[in-house]
Amino acid sequence: MTNRTIRIWALIHKWTSLVCTLFMLLLCLTGLPLIFHDEIEALTAEDTLPHMPADTPLKTLDEAVASALATYPGERPLFLSFDEDRPVVNVTTGPDARPPVSRMHISAIDLRTTRILADLNDDNGFMHVMLRLHVDLFAGLPGELFLGFMGFLLFVATLSGVVVYAPFMRKLSFGTVRAGRSARLKWLDLHNMLGIVTLMWVAVVGLTGVINTLSVPLVAYWRANELAAMIAPYDGKPVPERFTSVDAAVRLAMDAAPGMRPQFVAFPGVRFSSNHHYAVWLKGATPATRQILTPALIDAETGAFTDMRSMPWYMLALRLSQPLHFGDYGGLPLKILWAALDVLTIIILGSGLYLWVARRSQSHAAAAGLDAVAGEAAE
Amino acid sequence: MKPRTRLPLSTIFAIPAAIALVTGTGLVVALLDDGLVDAVSWAALSVPILAAVWSWRRRER
Repeated sequence: MTNRTIRIWALIHKWTSLVCTLFMLLLCLTGLPLIFHDEIEALTAEDTLPHMPADTPLKTLDEAVASALATYPGERPLFLSFDEDRPVVNVTTGPDARPPVSRMHISAIDLRTTRILADLNDDNGFMHVMLRLHVDLFAGLPGELFLGFMGFLLFVATLSGVVVYAPFMRKLSFGTVRAGRSARLKWLDLHNMLGIVTLMWVAVVGLTGVINTLSVPLVAYWRANELAAMIAPYDGKPVPERFTSVDAAVRLAMDAAPGMRPQFVAFPGVRFSSNHHYAVWLKGATPATRQILTPALIDAETGAFTDMRSMPWYMLALRLSQPLHFGDYGGLPLKILWAALDVLTIIILGSGLYLWVARRSQSHAAAAGLDAVAGEAAE
Repeated sequence: MKPRTRLPLSTIFAIPAAIALVTGTGLVVALLDDGLVDAVSWAALSVPILAAVWSWRRRER
């Protein structure tokens, strides 16, 4: 590489980093508690399941939905999701088919009694604030896409960081940290060392984060293309006045897909279904196929099975981006490693900012840029 | 240890590439199954952290 190419990559590294660093610090800090949201929420959980005999019969899903609607009169059902390991369903209701999340109500319902265990509408709590700061800065879709762009800049900063790593390390062995001379040299070495060892994790968590911010447009695209093709005969039909049994719809979907389990049901009209159908989203029963969802469409007016198709590649990418970003797919030890890598990333961001400030406050001689630092690095 | 001559790129990036490969493997395998495979991913994702700790412990004071 010529000095000129190196200088260009150094400029790319500097500016992409500078633009995204403060947002990335915010994302790393808010992400830290979010890694452990299951554990934190379990500490404060109010919805402990009352003890009942193991063979207590379960009520139907329709009764569970009715129970939620009785609590929020005038609303309509939007989603019904299944708890992994207990007889509990979570019913989401709202004033219309596509309300903002802030106007939705989520009830956790004990399927044995249809009693509401807890309403999951806590939108003032600490974890909620962390989540919103992390996802959209309280700004909805524009906020989400903005953070996605910041994540893209982080990815470019990471790649350019790898390129400029080489000239620094021409005469240094891997992992050298010269802590005994100037503070700036110590932090430069630490920045380089931490940056290069966490490279793959930062790249994967960054990119999957970017993909997650594209969730809304990707689902809209899926709805306009794949879903539209599946329901072509129903084109233009309005949302039915009354829905057939959701319980029967789920059973029909499970019969059509042996070996799969329902993850959630989207009611007619919502983002994840058509205007005329229940979409029963089924997941595989093994860890490898758990992330792969297959929507089965059931006519909500007649109760007939309409179609079932596996997800297109971009929906699969979106789906797989969730665990790879959250780190919640390998038990508590994986979450702890995630947190440790997150802290290392905070040190990289902070040291990068420090190096920029330290360089700026120096004499103009240092403004020669990377060459000067590279010279110092190589002695 | 300070090499006298300029190191070739293959030397500069040998260990970083190995760490990246191990990290990437660790990230993917835990998706595939539960149980033993999770332990493999824990070991793999410890590698970048241990490399950082190792570098810091042998820093030149």
